[in-house]
Amino acid sequence: MVLLKIKFTQQRRVHLAQGLWLLSWTAVIWGAIIFCLGVYLKMELLRRDEVMDNTEIHVVPNILMIVGLASIGTNWVASCVCQDSLDATRFPRWKVLLLGWFAVAAVLCCLLISVVALSFILQGRLEESLKVGLRNGIRFYKDTDVPGRCYQKETIDRLQIEFRCCGNNNFKDWFEVQWVSSRYLNFTSKDVKDRIRSNVDGRYLLDGVPFSCCNPSSPRPCLRYTLMDNNAHFNYEHQSEELNLYSRGCRQALTDYYMELMNSTGPGVLSVILIQMSVLLGMRYCRLRWKESWLWRTQRARFWLVDPIATEGSSEDADLEKAEKEASPTPAS
Amino acid sequence: MAFLKLTFSKNKRDKLAQVLWILNWVSVVTGILLFSMGLFLKVEINKRVELMAERDIQYVPNMLIAVGLIACAINFLGGKICYDCVDTTKFLRWKLILLPYIMCTFFFTFCVLVGALMCYSMHGELEESLNLGLTEAIRFYKDTDTPGRCFLKRTVDLLQIEFKCCGNTGYKDWFQIQWISNRYLDMSKKDVLDRLRSNVQGKYLMDGQQISNNSAHFNYEHQTEELNLWMKGCRQALLEYYTHIVQSIGLTVLITWLFELSVLTGVRYLQTSLENGLRQGDLNSESDGWLLENGPDNVPPKQIPEAS
Repeated sequence: MVLLKIKFTQQRRVHLAQGLWLLSWTAVIWGAIIFCLGVYLKMELLRRDEVMDNTEIHVVPNILMIVGLASIGTNWVASCVCQDSLDATRFPRWKVLLLGWFAVAAVLCCLLISVVALSFILQGRLEESLKVGLRNGIRFYKDTDVPGRCYQKETIDRLQIEFRCCGNNNFKDWFEVQWVSSRYLNFTSKDVKDRIRSNVDGRYLLDGVPFSCCNPSSPRPCLRYTLMDNNAHFNYEHQSEELNLYSRGCRQALTDYYMELMNSTGPGVLSVILIQMSVLLGMRYCRLRWKESWLWRTQRARFWLVDPIATEGSSEDADLEKAEKEASPTPAS
Repeated sequence: MAFLKLTFSKNKRDKLAQVLWILNWVSVVTGILLFSMGLFLKVEINKRVELMAERDIQYVPNMLIAVGLIACAINFLGGKICYDCVDTTKFLRWKLILLPYIMCTFFFTFCVLVGALMCYSMHGELEESLNLGLTEAIRFYKDTDTPGRCFLKRTVDLLQIEFKCCGNTGYKDWFQIQWISNRYLDMSKKDVLDRLRSNVQGKYLMDGQQISNNSAHFNYEHQTEELNLWMKGCRQALLEYYTHIVQSIGLTVLITWLFELSVLTGVRYLQTSLENGLRQGDLNSESDGWLLENGPDNVPPKQIPEAS
């Protein structure tokens, strides 16, 4: 039994080849777009490399780039095949490659589907990576004189300003670390000595945040220090104050940003999957049972989706064999 | 004698027409580029319109947009005309329109040059506008409860963050105005009352003392401290930004002007040589083309008196 049999006239065959050629070139362009999306995503991830702990999430843009390139190559081959499919002399050289082509195209479709799945699955890993990375970033904020970490302060400040966030989960993360370097602390001052003695590790902890946590949308000039003390500032209640600092944590902000980026590539990837599958189907229909003499003498050719290998006894196959024998010249004895 | 006369064979004329066709299409592309640059400049100016005082600077992007559109239209028509000039029958269609078209293109080319000069002359007015606008903005920074000014604080804050600048000329501009709203001042405190009484207008002025006082902070010398605050003034930062945009636009306008000039010259030569060819009766033969029929130092041909 054949699957999804369609009869093609010569005219329809020409239309199929032309349509498929156009579809292949569309797929090439979409492949290029997917490649560019992969490059963009990779660059965005690399930009914030310093606040990430591991590079597991990079597998998504890597696959996108590979699939994009492979898709360009595969569909370019498909367009060449389509172009040559109507030419009796040029088609045979592609016949050998076609099976391999089908395999590659099927693998590409699977990879694309896996990319969509991975971008959802890896969200948890991304959050973990950001959590550890940001925690380290906040801890080393003050080390502007340590080689290898001297730009940590600038990185965190710019991150908090750009993403409008503060701290890892929220602004209170800054209360747990010493973010003012000891170089700028006057150890003869009573206040400093009190604070250092107030905790086991001897750190200068304060209930204040860096300037980059300040929210410009607040109607009040930014309050950065003694945030938990309502009496320290006039007309201030820390329980109800919402606009003074950024309320979102940077981990949440970054995760949302990257998830949005990956989700926006979703429609593009899905379109490529659809186009690739249509090209695959079309090429399958195009693959002729190549009997040269019979094919070019008759006006009608039959195409199958699945080769009727196991249908020896079917009447259609018998008709076909009979027609072939009648059409092909008998070999000279 | 004609001004800058050149002789054109049929072949040369056809080649000229083809080259002009390409030049016209290049000019269409530059016209589109000008239009988009004008649009970009308009959007950028409107983004910061709150920080600019009322000055006539909108004319520059408006002029660019108009020039871009007209360049597209004129060169599109020119391309069509040049394409048809190769064919004798088609040329006859355009014969009557050619001269008015050349006059329009001449006038337009002059406008483009004026436009380029306008771009470079915008600098002074922009600086004045920014100076006044920023002074007002800093003065109204605290008025987050006044309708119409409530977003000024946010605008100024984001401006200073984005352009890495502080104040109008420098950070000391903030010492001369009250930038904290009275709603957040505890009028019962001695420190606040002292500050209010320290100046004639009763403004709560801040901390020229703290920044200039080396003992207020540990390990701090205000004379040598450079990295703590942004050193550049916002007026200079914005001016540099807009000048940079306008200068690149001015360069594009000049290049457009050069293209337009070459198109104008070419079309004039084409028109005169085709008309001379028509006058001779044979368009396939050689004919003269010129820029002006009567040159600067020639005498108009004398009328030959009829033999009596």
